[in-house]
Amino acid sequence: MTVESSSFEPKIVGLLCKWCSYAGADLAGTSRLKYPANITTLRVNCSGRVDPAIVLKALTLGADGVFIGGCHPGDCHYTNGNMKTLRRFKLLQKLLDQFGIERERVRLEWVSASEGEKYARAVRGMTEELRRLGPLNWKMETPALA
Amino acid sequence: MGVFVCHCGLNIAGMVNVEELVANAGKQTDVVFAVDHKYLCSEPGQTLIKDSIRQQHLDAVVVAACSPAMHETTFKNLTQLAGLNRYNCEVSNIREQNSWVHDSKDQATAKAQRLISQAIEKVKLNEPLQPITVPVTRQVLVIGGGIAGIRAALDVANAGIQVYLVEKSGSIGGRMAQLSETFPTLDCSTCILGPLMAEVYRHPKIKLLRLARVEEVKGYIGNYKVKVRQEPQYVHEAKCNACGECAKVCPAEVPNEFDLGLTWRKAIYTPFAQAVPPAYVLDARNCLGLLPQACGECQEACDKFGTSCIDLDAWPRVHELDVGAIIVTTGYDLYDATKLTEYGFGLFPDVMTSLEFERMLSASGPTNGEIKRPSDGRTPREIVFIQCAGQREPETALPYCSKICCMYTARHAMMFHHKIPDGQAYVFYMDIRAGGKGYEEFVKRCQEEKGLLYLRGRVSKVYEENGKLIVKGVDTLSGKLVQVIADLVILAVGMIPSVETHQLASTIKASLDPNGFFSEAHPKLRPLESPTAGIFLAGAGQAPKDIPETVAQASGAASKTLGLLANPTLEREPTVAQAVGEQCSGCGICIPLCPYGALSLNAQTKTVEVSEALCEGCGTCIASCPSSALTLRNLTDDQLIAMIEATVQ
Repeated sequence: MTVESSSFEPKIVGLLCKWCSYAGADLAGTSRLKYPANITTLRVNCSGRVDPAIVLKALTLGADGVFIGGCHPGDCHYTNGNMKTLRRFKLLQKLLDQFGIERERVRLEWVSASEGEKYARAVRGMTEELRRLGPLNWKMETPALA
Repeated sequence: MGVFVCHCGLNIAGMVNVEELVANAGKQTDVVFAVDHKYLCSEPGQTLIKDSIRQQHLDAVVVAACSPAMHETTFKNLTQLAGLNRYNCEVSNIREQNSWVHDSKDQATAKAQRLISQAIEKVKLNEPLQPITVPVTRQVLVIGGGIAGIRAALDVANAGIQVYLVEKSGSIGGRMAQLSETFPTLDCSTCILGPLMAEVYRHPKIKLLRLARVEEVKGYIGNYKVKVRQEPQYVHEAKCNACGECAKVCPAEVPNEFDLGLTWRKAIYTPFAQAVPPAYVLDARNCLGLLPQACGECQEACDKFGTSCIDLDAWPRVHELDVGAIIVTTGYDLYDATKLTEYGFGLFPDVMTSLEFERMLSASGPTNGEIKRPSDGRTPREIVFIQCAGQREPETALPYCSKICCMYTARHAMMFHHKIPDGQAYVFYMDIRAGGKGYEEFVKRCQEEKGLLYLRGRVSKVYEENGKLIVKGVDTLSGKLVQVIADLVILAVGMIPSVETHQLASTIKASLDPNGFFSEAHPKLRPLESPTAGIFLAGAGQAPKDIPETVAQASGAASKTLGLLANPTLEREPTVAQAVGEQCSGCGICIPLCPYGALSLNAQTKTVEVSEALCEGCGTCIASCPSSALTLRNLTDDQLIAMIEATVQ
């Protein structure tokens, strides 16, 4: 039996860069676009600030998924922080495979300040996907970060 | 610590149970005071926060309200005013990313709860910081030499500040230079623009760089380092006296862009009669004298009759400029009318865009101001104007209204009537948008003229038959299908951001809206600024607008710029990276990752050091450090983890 999708509400941590994606998420609000309340966002200066270790930490702490939002390639406020995120993300995906965690649980999206619609769509899609996947239940003792 | 929850009228309180939030916030550790208010950003709301900090002896506050993009600065300033360090204040966004996007009150309240807990955890670990003070470069870059750029450059330069005006074409003037008259006064466009262009040219504080593009922008508000690439100046701008001997002998002829291809020009040419700078331009793409040199007629002619100002071996130049602020006035281009196949533009020569018709109306235009059919040169009797051509059509063309077409179409119809009194003009419109001083009156005057018929409805098809254009449309007021046999059809095509806008936006790191125009930081709070600090906006590059609005915005942007430069120094966010020496192994992984070169290895201690002056605080280095020896002030790993914990609890 799979987990009934309607009974499970995933917890998603959003890590959004303040220049593009956070502003895009704000625009979704200003435009009154609706998306599920499963995502709770944190504002970071740049998606490049997102240490893969922080993503794993979020999963160990009980998040069912992590959404990382950055500027489109070429639009990064800090020249190319988002491209560093992309490289780290690719490595993180391999790591997730090794841990037996579905890749869908960590998502990287380029959302510009004008893409409120895209942000809302991405959050809707990710929430739906995680509802289908069910809870992560990946609580293990990890060495403390930092 | 104190927690303040804003109702924002019903914007938050309508979807979130504010009382519950206040009650729960009060139960959290370290929170000694929690209260709600209808509008925390209002004067009474601000007073409440200020007084509470003092009376309750708070040492940190969390304000749960709108997005930090809106009022974070307001609340931080307030905290400072009340005697606390400004970094002992955090804003929790329970509006844009909560109450406005969810439709279950229970879920939105629970999420607001999590967002507030996040902020509480963060502010607990914030360290009090002092802003970093940096000097301000009192020079300004203006990108685009249309009427907006001209106005902004003059306003800034008149205040005694050095301005660099970068224009991609051979002359400033922009779109306005192409216009014959302007609405609603029917003033001659050149008579308004010409003197301003000359003033720019003469101004000791304006350096005009024609045939130039911004290639690279580095730095931050108050201190930008800009690289401007200027195409080779084959014609020496200062030496050329515009005698025109060169163009006489030039063998290469190409369509003249200024007249939208209705006339021809040589490969060495003057963009238009009143061009500024008043020097000829060599069009490298069409010249036969460059790489390989097969011709040199112009140079010979110039040496013989002119001022020896032509150098076919000229090189491009890169200007490195230090500026404190950038004003972006890149303007608009026209929507490609060939995409509107139903109107047959490009297929039938007598279907023209409004800007082509504008050139035809101009006394200095291709027909010296006479209206003629491009196909056979005959004077048209029946003319059809199609408004909203390719506009307000989200499915197939532009979704927006270009704002100026109702007005210029009325003017065009009036000019047609003045020039051909026995002619008949038909205007197909969706509705008339004539909001502006004297605009409605102007349109009314046109509508009441004889020989001018306004038809409310759209045109479905234009095709040619026996040398005439058959226009099929509908008059929705009478509910009848209409067919007009016309001599000339004019399409009021919309404005799009000028073609290089996207590339420029990437270069200067300014964001664009969904239609590709530059975004303003906030439509009402900061309409003249880009979200990127130190970049100001004016003109049609920001949104379609008419000349009075463009000029007003340009002066506004100039005064905003002057306001910025009036400060001898600026304060920068001190939330930069910090190295924890004893944890650093000196591996140096972080050093090449920094886009600003702010990291270096201390040769003696073999540990990494951060230059606070150079660091922008992106945090990329921190995420790369294998030994957690780097940290971002007030967004440390510990803070992130504490915030995530509060989020997923």
